[in-house]
Amino acid sequence: MREIRELLVNKIKELLDNGTVDRVIGWKAGEFCYDVTPAIFTKDDSFDDFLFNGFCGANQSKYLIEETKAPGRDEPEKGKILVLLKPCDSYSFNQLIKEHRIDREKVYALGVPSKGMLDVNKLRNMGINGILGIEEDGDMVKVKTLYGDKEVARKDLILDRCRCCKGSKHVAYDELLIPEAEEWEKDTTDRFAEVEKLEQMSAEERFDFWRSQLSKCIRCNACRNVCPACSCRTCVFDNANSGVAAKVNADDFEENMFHIIRAWHVAGRCTDCGECSRVCPQNIPLHLLNRKFIKDMNELYGDFQAGDDTETKGPLTAFTKTDAEPSIVYSRGGDK
Amino acid sequence: MQVEEKKEFTPLIVAFCCNWCSYAGADLAGSNRLNYPANVKIIRVPCSCRVNPLFILRAFQRGADGVIMCGCHPGDCHYTTGNYYARRRMTTLFSMLDYLGIEKERTRVEWVSAAEGVKFAATMKDFAETIQKLGENRKLRDLRCEK
Ligand code: SF4
Ligand code: SF4
Ligand code: FES
Repeated sequence: MREIRELLVNKIKELLDNGTVDRVIGWKAGEFCYDVTPAIFTKDDSFDDFLFNGFCGANQSKYLIEETKAPGRDEPEKGKILVLLKPCDSYSFNQLIKEHRIDREKVYALGVPSKGMLDVNKLRNMGINGILGIEEDGDMVKVKTLYGDKEVARKDLILDRCRCCKGSKHVAYDELLIPEAEEWEKDTTDRFAEVEKLEQMSAEERFDFWRSQLSKCIRCNACRNVCPACSCRTCVFDNANSGVAAKVNADDFEENMFHIIRAWHVAGRCTDCGECSRVCPQNIPLHLLNRKFIKDMNELYGDFQAGDDTETKGPLTAFTKTDAEPSIVYSRGGDK
Repeated sequence: MQVEEKKEFTPLIVAFCCNWCSYAGADLAGSNRLNYPANVKIIRVPCSCRVNPLFILRAFQRGADGVIMCGCHPGDCHYTTGNYYARRRMTTLFSMLDYLGIEKERTRVEWVSAAEGVKFAATMKDFAETIQKLGENRKLRDLRCEK
């Protein structure tokens, strides 16, 4: 990781110096070493606190909406911005271009490699607390804690979403940091396995499962705010006239409603980047909602990967005359 | 003497009906004096495609026990393709409700043309019976909305 960071910083400096871009969205340490936060760097900034490590999970493509917006009346025209896209981020990037939310002309996209991002909760689940510092070293991760140093295999800390990796190939970029980046050794899982498990349950069990999950929601809106597909100018949940713009869930109806609508609004546009589940402070498996839609649409309307390109219509903005009738729902799923 | 305090459950059913077909179909049923359950509350929409998933959830929130959406037969939409989009939307939405453990029989889509007064009445009767059997909607309801 160290070497890659060095390579990256050199590349960024080169692009800033030769005037290709005038700023870059990078990453900086947050309050803790594992909550790395996106930050903007310009030519005049020192790159000493620029970070690139396994905790740079944040998908940066959404920031480009704000950053490439046409300037207001008294604002100066901004130059190009450099964005660092991991392979999966490049899908979201494409999707936002498809939806005309990013001005492609104002972006220089540098593809950066990823060997799977890390999940600090996995360390905690191993009983490792009081974390002071984390250092990645090849296949191992060295953790400095209040209670002494620990060493853990990197593969045991991989974020669940990365275990369903779409691959090391970028679908959009202007340049690749490492052109011939090889596939990383992932221990993959079938991304629909958990959805299927739920489908096999009885309706009552499913209801209880989702109640136990969704009732934890504190309606912080982090899942919506982080989602690159959730990019409406005014979200229905911020629109006072919609009647659903509550700041808290008043009862379990609202918990269900918020999640059904959030997931439905991004159906066909969600690239399955997994950011919603990663940021949820309550650890609600939100990806299980998104993936249900993806699975249904794949089965009913043909395989589709949002963000694969910038043209193909998504399944909910297209149709065929022979689509299944909604009554098909009565005969699908586990319990009939 | 003791007064029986047992109230029979009558489901509340909300029907979103497209102005150009099912709404006219309901009209026809009426002018032909065909009976359909009085607990079906019709909401007229300009096209089945106007039905937003929030409408459906809202209806449940406000105490509906079943929600049915009726539109023009595929191919006959007044705006040519609205109902094709609506069909995909409702399929995915209903499937999600089922995934959350909400009884899938509580939602339905039926295509009814302006000439099908008989079908309209029969559909509503059948749907009302299904919901009657299912009982009250408890899973998607706002407690504050209760009378
Ligand atoms: S991030 Fe989690 S707690 Fe916050 S609104 Fe989303 S689901 Fe609820
Ligand atoms: S939840 Fe829906 S309305 Fe809100 S930003 Fe996401 S897609 Fe847009
Ligand atoms: S006009 Fe009736 S469904 Fe579109």
